[in-house]
Amino acid sequence: MAETLLEVNDLKVSFRTEDGVVKAVDGVSFTLAKGEVLGIVGESGSGKSVTMMSLLRLINDPNMKVEGEVLYKGRNIMKLSEGRMREVRGADIAMIFQDPMTSLNPVYRVGDQIIEALVTHRDIEKQQAKKRAVDLLKQVGIPQAESRVDDFPHQFSGGMRQRAMIAMALANNPDILIADEPTTALDVTIQAQILELIDRLKDEFNSAVILITHDLGVVADIADRIAVMYAGRIVEFGDKRDLFYDPQHPYTWGLLGSIPRLDRPKQERLHSIEGMPPSLITLPEGCKFRPRCPHAFEKCKQEPALVARVEGERHLDRCWLDVETKRAIREKTIQGATAAA
Amino acid sequence: MAVFVIRRLIGLIAVLFAITVMTFLIFFATPGVDPSRQLAGRNPQPAVVAAIKHQFGLDRPLPIRYLLMMKRLFVSRDLVSYGNQALKVVPAITSATPVTFSLVFGAAVIWVVLSILTGLLAVVFKGTIVDPLLMILALIGISMPVFWLGEVANLITQDRLHNTFLFHWVPPNGYTPLTANPWQWFLHLIIPWLTLSVLYIGFYARVLRANLLDVANEDYVRTARAKGLSERRVLLKHMLRTSMITFVSLFGLDFGVLVGGGAILTEVVFGLPGVGKLTYDSLVSLDLPVIMATVIYGAFFITIANALVDIVYARLDPRIRPA
Repeated sequence: MAETLLEVNDLKVSFRTEDGVVKAVDGVSFTLAKGEVLGIVGESGSGKSVTMMSLLRLINDPNMKVEGEVLYKGRNIMKLSEGRMREVRGADIAMIFQDPMTSLNPVYRVGDQIIEALVTHRDIEKQQAKKRAVDLLKQVGIPQAESRVDDFPHQFSGGMRQRAMIAMALANNPDILIADEPTTALDVTIQAQILELIDRLKDEFNSAVILITHDLGVVADIADRIAVMYAGRIVEFGDKRDLFYDPQHPYTWGLLGSIPRLDRPKQERLHSIEGMPPSLITLPEGCKFRPRCPHAFEKCKQEPALVARVEGERHLDRCWLDVETKRAIREKTIQGATAAA
Repeated sequence: MAVFVIRRLIGLIAVLFAITVMTFLIFFATPGVDPSRQLAGRNPQPAVVAAIKHQFGLDRPLPIRYLLMMKRLFVSRDLVSYGNQALKVVPAITSATPVTFSLVFGAAVIWVVLSILTGLLAVVFKGTIVDPLLMILALIGISMPVFWLGEVANLITQDRLHNTFLFHWVPPNGYTPLTANPWQWFLHLIIPWLTLSVLYIGFYARVLRANLLDVANEDYVRTARAKGLSERRVLLKHMLRTSMITFVSLFGLDFGVLVGGGAILTEVVFGLPGVGKLTYDSLVSLDLPVIMATVIYGAFFITIANALVDIVYARLDPRIRPA
């Protein structure tokens, strides 16, 4: 096992609102090893982005409350001063965002924005920084990087802007790259290119990656481990193989079942998970997925802990069902009603 | 750039033509303004009126009269006031211009600096008492009419507190040219500057604060923070510049209007013989040649100010630069 870079322990993020306290993240724990790709999957509002934004302490809301600890190389960055935290942001932990169309400042040249990331964290001449910016743009596959470095963001296409964002994030060789839905706003053909790029660059830059997405198909390619989030908590966590071939949580089954697949009999309509995610203000008692779960039973009124229930230590889930039972019934959910009928 | 300038010049000429024709027509369509009656004095003989009409070309058709006036204004530049034959219009404007410029430039510097400062402070201290306090002050500034504020300033600095250490340095109302005595120029103008800028400081500070708060939620501001930039740099480099776009367009318009004679109340209250005062006097006596000249002068500066705004716009936001 490689050296642990990041350790998140029982992270809780809540927001006070007029309607009550929104528990956006409720007891999330995970670790990230050097060079690893961790995929975090969940639907909108499951707390993926809030988790990541609060890792970097980027949420600036007077009504927010954060508990728990985030250890970066053994140091709790939740306790750092704002000045120290700035040294971490963009240098040790960098982040790219969902919408490349709006994530770059429209009034500054792309190159200057990359240069800004460089000079903020290191002692470097402007000339050298510019050279490095051109190199970075080349590495992320921008053609004619020497002249494109002086372009404004509006002269770049969406895919190119995301490449430029990646170049900017990698400028300081960060240990960790957090990619928050990096492909969601892009065309399907560009999505694959961007994922491939992240996959290649993480080795070149020796960075660990946390990839947030609502699309299991995105993490299937490049993630080593996957965490599935639901209602502010991780409901299943394991190696990619285990998660895809031996999924333990009914919510994961539902997610897998809602991917259209060409290798299975054609369905009348795409499978979807019944019901809506719970309100984060009044969460259901016990297992948070219980109201939508077709397999819920009496015991589900107590919340199951995230522990290993199958063979081996590395595959964790939050479901009371017996492992054998789960293995017997899950195919039906994953393949959908038509296939079963 | 050359294309831009040429297009603007054509636009300027079109605006000036339209505005002079309109002023001209409105003037002659207004009842009771027949200048020959004014010029002829009290109870004139019809023959005298006719003679004056002929002398001033007022018996000729309107288009000819318009062309004659434009010729005397721009070509021979010897147009004189209807009311006062000794008042040559062109020199009157050129001697009033430096006064207005001095007043408006100084006030503009004060209001730009102070409103940006106030807007930034309000955003930095958002969530504390400082922000609403500044905004209430701004609102008070906007609510005070400039003529009233000017009179109060006069009352305090010229009368009530003039003999105390606070305001004994304030010279009597009036104007000293910059070239004659820079220090006296400054002393004469400081109170008018502050008076004129109060409204704009309040207004611009509120506009800037609103724009800054808008921009604060933009994705690229989050990106800037994620890069590890200091709050100061995020605010000054990434938020302020995009927030300045509304500010600049407002400034162009207000500045153009003020230079073009809009500072009339301030000029009258402080006895500054500027273009505003000239306009005011000519309007009171319905003196077409002077009205015409001040209108052209005003339109010229408003158009120029708008062209400058467009240039500054393009500097601020590369997306609107012509390719």
